[in-house]
Amino acid sequence: MPKATIQLETLTCPSCMQKIDGAVKSLKGVEKDSVNVLFNSSKVKLNFDDEKISIEEIEKAITTLGYEVKKSQVKDK
Amino acid sequence: MQRFILSRKNHITLINAFLIVTAFVSKFALGNVELFNWALIIASVVGVAPIAIQAYQALRVKVVSIDVLVTIAVVGALLINNYEESAIVTFLFLFGAYLEQRTLTKTRSAIKELTEMAPESAWRQTENGEFEEVDIDEVDVGDILLVKTGAKVPVDGTVLTGEGHINEASITGEPIPVSKKANAQVYAGTILENGTIQIVANRVGEDTTFGKIIELVEEAQDSKSEAERFIDKFAKYYTPAVLALAIIVWLVSQDIELAITILVIGCPGALVIGVPVSNVAGIGNGARNGILLKGSEVIHDFSRVDAVIFDKTGTLTIGNPQVAETEFYAGNIDEVLSYLASVENESDHPLAKAVVEYVGDTKLHPVENTVVVKGGGIIANVNGRRVAVGNVSLMEQENVPMNEKVREDIARFEQNGNSLVLTAVDGELKILMGIRDRIRPGVKENLQRLKDLGVKKLVLLSGDNQGTVDLVAHELGLTEAHGNMLPQDKSAYIADLQSKGQIIAFVGDGVNDSPSLVQADIGIAMGSGTDVAIETSDVVLMKSDLGRLPHALGLTKATTSNMRQNIVIAVGVVLVLLASVFFSDWMNMSIAMLVHEASILVVILNGMRLLGYKL
Repeated sequence: MPKATIQLETLTCPSCMQKIDGAVKSLKGVEKDSVNVLFNSSKVKLNFDDEKISIEEIEKAITTLGYEVKKSQVKDK
Repeated sequence: MQRFILSRKNHITLINAFLIVTAFVSKFALGNVELFNWALIIASVVGVAPIAIQAYQALRVKVVSIDVLVTIAVVGALLINNYEESAIVTFLFLFGAYLEQRTLTKTRSAIKELTEMAPESAWRQTENGEFEEVDIDEVDVGDILLVKTGAKVPVDGTVLTGEGHINEASITGEPIPVSKKANAQVYAGTILENGTIQIVANRVGEDTTFGKIIELVEEAQDSKSEAERFIDKFAKYYTPAVLALAIIVWLVSQDIELAITILVIGCPGALVIGVPVSNVAGIGNGARNGILLKGSEVIHDFSRVDAVIFDKTGTLTIGNPQVAETEFYAGNIDEVLSYLASVENESDHPLAKAVVEYVGDTKLHPVENTVVVKGGGIIANVNGRRVAVGNVSLMEQENVPMNEKVREDIARFEQNGNSLVLTAVDGELKILMGIRDRIRPGVKENLQRLKDLGVKKLVLLSGDNQGTVDLVAHELGLTEAHGNMLPQDKSAYIADLQSKGQIIAFVGDGVNDSPSLVQADIGIAMGSGTDVAIETSDVVLMKSDLGRLPHALGLTKATTSNMRQNIVIAVGVVLVLLASVFFSDWMNMSIAMLVHEASILVVILNGMRLLGYKL
């Protein structure tokens, strides 16, 4: 499964984390246990199944919540 | 639309503030109550818009966030025509969020400084042999890269051609530049101070040593302790519970004002942010001082440490026994010294080496009839004279007379942690030498600081012989010292102490002591940030001197107590507010919001104090 590191705009409220966490986990194809929202470094790390979902779709889910995605990196594992 | 509103939150806050001021001016200066009301209504609607959007987004992913509580409270206040409160609450909430953001940026600054040291671009060789600048993400293993004077080395690699001096402080903490020539290893994030080199990339991006350090620190600042996970869980059910409480109060008392005030009071702001803020500031302070702390669990454990164990004599001493003190008793000193050097020159005993080194250039005489007395020393004939070199028992065996003064000298030398070498010529004592391994500068003071910080036991476990180990232990005042220890003995010793309920920190160099580093509650790797050290240890001291250790321990203690203070402040504020809403009449929504936002700022500012922590 590819591993994605998504850099977001600076997060300032801890409840943002809950929202992003919830939103990303609810996506099909994202491995739930791998989702890690880093509050202080404003990053989301996760593993996903690239046959079921694309990195763009994951980014879109975060953007619709109102958080800007600055950059994302995908590494094949 | 949603994004448009959210991205202009700061403008909205300003408009909101302006409208509120207009409202109060029109009421008190112009006496126009209608304008007053309308200005406040508009302020409330404008102000609540971004909050409501966030609340909606949260509810969509089934999270009852603070935004939800505030939105309901504001709408409720509007419905009961309490425009003043609704407007002021939105302003305070938005302005609070703004200040929160500003102060948080400050708190995170230390770690940001570190991550900003990461290289961003590289000069890569193209097919025609020229170099072009590319983004760091495009560099692959095997690429040939050019590093110019003053630039950062972009990857971990090997020098192909050229030479220069590289400042490796970001990896090793050593400020003195190191010379690098062909075939030398270079590391990402280090700086080429002079010269030009071409390198081949061995490891890129997150795989480089520097990449790993950054990843470690980033994960550490967001890692959660037991307490924090509890708070997170608590907060998850806490906000819905507040909502439920407000509804119950409303149903029972039919008092909407009271119900919405409870909603505002219940906001868990300071509680959820208090602990992470202490954590990030503490880890940030460490990173700035060459101390990598792997997360809040480590901070918690380290702050309660009972015993610190050192893995080898070399950590504490220079590792080269030297003649530290001498007493000469009679006769031609130069002659005796040359006899002594002649005899000791034949021996490979560590003490003999120290003696030869001390005497330096001298005339060496042929040595005859050498007898090695086990556990005593050497007896030999030099220039037809009988020379005995060894310890006190050898002298006694040789019937060398030792007067009161000599006995006192011996006692004093031993007191100072010396091994003794006595020299007698023809049965007469000539020289007394005290030899000891020199303690590294500052070690004694640093160990004392550890004790002052509450460490009960300082233990040395070493592969050296017991004699050497005892010497060091004696001079430094260690609690215990064990020699002849193999790596597995060390980890067994740690396990034994742990079974007695003690919390153990182990200081090692991270290579041959991995079992102990893992076994100990806190594995501390000292020296350069090598991969093994980073992976197996809990704390990495970038510089290979003990000076960082007391700072690290003091910092973890300061950080844990800072977290506790923040939890007390956060919980205390909610309790006081709740008590006053039920038992006093001065409490309303605006005051509750003001107190809340103030408490959030207080916990952030409190956490920020850690950035300036110094021992």
